[in-house]
Amino acid sequence: MNRIKEALPSVAVISMLIAVWWAVVALSGSVIFPTPWGVVAGTIELVQDGTLWQHIGASLLRVGTGFALAVAFAVPLGLWMGWVRGAFATLNPLFQILRPISPIAWIPIAILWFGVGDASPIYLIFISSVFPMVVQTTEGVHTIEGRYLRAAENFGVSRYTLFSQVVIPAVLPQVIVGMRIGLGVAWLVVVAAEMIALRSGLGYLIIDSRNAGNRYDLVIAGMIIIGLIGLLLDGMMRLLEGLKWVRWRYAH
Amino acid sequence: MRTKIEVRNVWKSFGSGKDRLPVVEGVSLNVGDGEFVAIVGPSGCGKTTLMNMIAGFIRPDQGSIMIDGIERTKPDSKGILISQLGSVFPWLTVQKNLMFGLNGHAQPDKAGLADHYAAIVGLKGFENSYPHELSGGMLKRAELARALVVKPEILYMDEPFSALDALMSLRMRGELLRILSEERHTVLLITHDVEEAIHMADRVVVLSPRPTKIQATFEVKLPRPRDVTSHAVQELRLAVLRELGAGDRSPAAEVA
Repeated sequence: MNRIKEALPSVAVISMLIAVWWAVVALSGSVIFPTPWGVVAGTIELVQDGTLWQHIGASLLRVGTGFALAVAFAVPLGLWMGWVRGAFATLNPLFQILRPISPIAWIPIAILWFGVGDASPIYLIFISSVFPMVVQTTEGVHTIEGRYLRAAENFGVSRYTLFSQVVIPAVLPQVIVGMRIGLGVAWLVVVAAEMIALRSGLGYLIIDSRNAGNRYDLVIAGMIIIGLIGLLLDGMMRLLEGLKWVRWRYAH
Repeated sequence: MRTKIEVRNVWKSFGSGKDRLPVVEGVSLNVGDGEFVAIVGPSGCGKTTLMNMIAGFIRPDQGSIMIDGIERTKPDSKGILISQLGSVFPWLTVQKNLMFGLNGHAQPDKAGLADHYAAIVGLKGFENSYPHELSGGMLKRAELARALVVKPEILYMDEPFSALDALMSLRMRGELLRILSEERHTVLLITHDVEEAIHMADRVVVLSPRPTKIQATFEVKLPRPRDVTSHAVQELRLAVLRELGAGDRSPAAEVA
């Protein structure tokens, strides 16, 4: 009951927005901009001819691949940079320069290097999500409290034990924060990347709907679906925060 | 009594040049095997720095620390440090925490040994709990048990119970004394609580304000178990407090 009460204001705002949208389109008599119902009808059309699932599947596959590569690269690198002072001093300035470059700026180079196949968007997703994860992981190592490292030193454990039972578990919550940020950025970028000459994906759906006959109902349907899937992906990452190995960090 | 810890004329300062801050100026101290020595001193006098040097975490500028006649240059599991904040790993269960120090030991039943010590400190039934599910007193017990599992010869305790409330602190003292009567350890305790020091220690060493040196030493020749409300304990307490420059009879004069 309480949760329904809490959700009420946001539902009201969304409903109002849809009502205003509907009213404005109806009053202006626009022939290009769709009504909310037009968007729903367009979505049903996409579901029925099956193309919606293909586009969603293609986008998710690209994000999944690029993001997985980024995790595999960023976490070990972040641990190394966090642990070894020289590695941090050497690589951090480079990353600080590369990090503010929008992934969109990489598009021409991605096409030059990887062509217009799946490799280009995967590379762009990798580039966009790798930096936040490196930064968070490094930061996580740097903020391990000294008392825990001293305890490990006191018990004289091996390097393997130090890493597997102290450093990595201590950093894990920060890694998950990095993954949440990284996946969020990756989802933003995949849509932009797919607007470049690919033949599938939600980004392609949007740009193609516009180019092939001004189907703005499908453009907006695509946008809303992107929003909903993004929300779902973030919810999945938040589930990771509930894992028992990291709950200590959020339990207070 | 054989000498376990020998502190030979140890000096330490931090920073350099104009910012140089002398902290310890020439402390010498011998602790016998199985002896319980408490160190009291005014707040910020350098007690913790001294303890960190003895435990091997920092090196003295001058002088040396000898453990069993061998110079101590780094920490090892022969002497475990228990500090005020505690260092029970929040990401491991109580049992895994207790097993932590046994990594690399040729001990066949690590979990069994961990559970044995959990029971000794009164944590039976909490082996699979995570630290954030425990109270402050239980965390201290876990910390103590984790130290005991590796059978250390020395326990370095830096204000171990001062983060606990008065009642829990008193109970933990009792627990510690009970465990020490079963397993003999050499104990070096830093505390600001003079009564705690007299309650437990064989000897109370009083440090001067920073830069610190040993100002006075009190042998505590009272029979055990000691009654902290007894006249003898209170008399000694006042003598120690006088040494700390807070010797009037008002209880508010307790050192901070």
